[in-house]
Amino acid sequence: MSPSDIVLSGANGTPAGLNGGDPAAAGVGPARHADEKKSRMGAVGKLLRTTAFKLSLIYLTVFALFAAVLIGYFAWSTSRLITQQITETIDAEINGLTELYTQGGIRRLVLLVDARSRRPSSNLYLVTTPTGEGVAGNVGTLQPGVLEQSGPVETAYRRLDEAEDTEHHALVRVVRLSGGFRLLVGRDLEERERLHDIIIAAARWSIAVVVVLGLLGGFFVTRRVLKRIDAMTGTTRTIMQGDLTGRLPIAGTGDELDRLADNLNAMLERIEALLHGLKEVSDNIAHDLRTPLTRLRNRAEEALRTASAEGDYRAALENVLEESDGLIRTFNALLMIARAESGEVGQDTTEFDAGEIVHDVADLYEPLADDNGLKLEVDVQGTMSMKGNRELISQALANLIDNAIKYAAPAHAAAALVPAAGNDGPHAASAAETGPAAITVSAKAEASRVLLTVADCGPGIPTAERARVVERFVRLEQSRSLPGAGLGLSLAAAVARLHHGELRLEDNAPGLRAVLVLPRT
Amino acid sequence: MRLLIIEDDRDAADYLVKAFREVGHVADHAADGDDGMSMALDGQYDVLIVDRMLPKRDGLSVIGTLRTKGVETPVLILSALGQVDDRVKGLRAGGDDYLPKPYSFSELLARVEVLARRRSGRGEETVYRVGDLELDRLSHRVTRGESEIVLQPREFRLLEYLMKHGGQVVTRTMLLENVWDYHFDPQTNVIDVHMSRLRSKIDKGFARPLLHTVRGAGYVIREPK
Repeated sequence: MSPSDIVLSGANGTPAGLNGGDPAAAGVGPARHADEKKSRMGAVGKLLRTTAFKLSLIYLTVFALFAAVLIGYFAWSTSRLITQQITETIDAEINGLTELYTQGGIRRLVLLVDARSRRPSSNLYLVTTPTGEGVAGNVGTLQPGVLEQSGPVETAYRRLDEAEDTEHHALVRVVRLSGGFRLLVGRDLEERERLHDIIIAAARWSIAVVVVLGLLGGFFVTRRVLKRIDAMTGTTRTIMQGDLTGRLPIAGTGDELDRLADNLNAMLERIEALLHGLKEVSDNIAHDLRTPLTRLRNRAEEALRTASAEGDYRAALENVLEESDGLIRTFNALLMIARAESGEVGQDTTEFDAGEIVHDVADLYEPLADDNGLKLEVDVQGTMSMKGNRELISQALANLIDNAIKYAAPAHAAAALVPAAGNDGPHAASAAETGPAAITVSAKAEASRVLLTVADCGPGIPTAERARVVERFVRLEQSRSLPGAGLGLSLAAAVARLHHGELRLEDNAPGLRAVLVLPRT
Repeated sequence: MRLLIIEDDRDAADYLVKAFREVGHVADHAADGDDGMSMALDGQYDVLIVDRMLPKRDGLSVIGTLRTKGVETPVLILSALGQVDDRVKGLRAGGDDYLPKPYSFSELLARVEVLARRRSGRGEETVYRVGDLELDRLSHRVTRGESEIVLQPREFRLLEYLMKHGGQVVTRTMLLENVWDYHFDPQTNVIDVHMSRLRSKIDKGFARPLLHTVRGAGYVIREPK
């Protein structure tokens, strides 16, 4: 399967692994149809398995429960309120009737109850004798034992004018009147029950709507997330196939997925850079170590073939030793750069005075500069403490000074200027006339960083070439005749990067100004 | 001088044993960490040369154990891990010097001789003398014969190191490490320039030179024979 196949199936929202393994997938009609169906089901299954969907389900359950509890409480409190109102009505009625009884006796009570009972949709009334026989009222049957109760009580009942099998519910209260009569007043609970039914129905509907909307919302959100994740998966797949230039899509909303994609992209950037570096190193090793290795081999071979006296052998062997020392040096420098670039040497960090480093390294190179007709000047004001790898920073600075001496020395500078006959010519010439050219090594502290500068008055580096010379083994044409492996600037740049700083190459007009910009902490 | 070489690479060990014998030293060989340790505990050696990566017992652990058992024989660590961190680790483990592979025999020999001499207890004298050259470490005065030689502070330290190891070969790397405290390769031979300056100050105008260049190795300061 070619990479592009995988990209396509990935973009469809189905990872190749789910259905792409079937070689018949791209083949005949029915098989393909079945496969599509399967993939759709697979897509739904995938949707259901996502974290987003599971989260939606949990939220949905919580909300549904919450709604149910809320409606339940509402129903309960409404019903309580209604019951309370009914009780109050009943109590008022009973009070009135009891008063009537005490004033007018049973006769007036019976008359009034009788009259009230006849009103349409009236309350329930019943007046009984001490033995329990009904005297007046509209109640046909009651649940047994209701007449013995004294507080408000719910009961099933039938009115006198209703058929045998009808049954209603009512809240009733019974009082014993003086003389053994009992008075029952009640009120039908149909109203309350109807309200109850309405609330239950509303609850059912609303919970159903919550569930349906919740599920739809969950699907929608999940699909959206899944779509983006699938896009990311697609990209990562192409990257895994070896195409490191791919980057994850960013929606631009700045949400958590964007942040994740951002970070992953930064990671990819770094990996790409590292891999590129690795490839470059191996290419360069192949190219630039082969040359001295070949030379080494040729020397040995030549000595074997042509040498006749012991002195010849000796000279050849010394040559070979020198050549291999050069190789070891190049190799060490390469390793050092690789380590600095991978951040491996970062543990050996101490606090030191940057000015002292400048003094020390300049002190090491001063006689060499002097021998080359150059004046090495140090410009350090005060102390400037910083944190870093003292050894590596010293080495980087040493490389920069070494380069400056190599390329700015009057003899070399003049030679190098011949092919690059430009504006620099007169400058260099006048510098040579006015005495020894100078190399200035300086340290300057800023609030958060330290600038270590090596400035020379040599031929400089053309602007277009500046980025390139920092690469390993790159040596400009003019400098091929000078010794060196072309690793000095790359090492200095790697050391700067290791310290989260940078190596800047600037125009010193004339000459080159190399600045190591290093953070102080 | 009796040496013990603890090194698992047969070829490298044979080469070292042979090379040390040629220059008049006695060298024994142990092929792994355990053997090396028992030999170091039994024998009277002047210097131990220990490879870092050894079978059975790691070189640093050999050194650590020897030190805890009170064996103070100077140790030079040989290692394929040449980075600064590894060096510091080796010295912390009780090593006295550290030489990354690949090394030249002259470098190794110079370092081993310095280590052995340190052991024989030359001590920290206040005045070093080589021929008619005198260096007073307390007053920072250098005289040759009757005349005083004025040196820069760095030149003084350079001469001090050379005279401390008077009669012994001192390599450029040793000078860079001990006088400048740098462990990197300065690419150009900056040390040679410093040495030629020093030479012009202490030997110029005198019939018998004291500072000599040893080809392929380094420098030595000694009384002419």
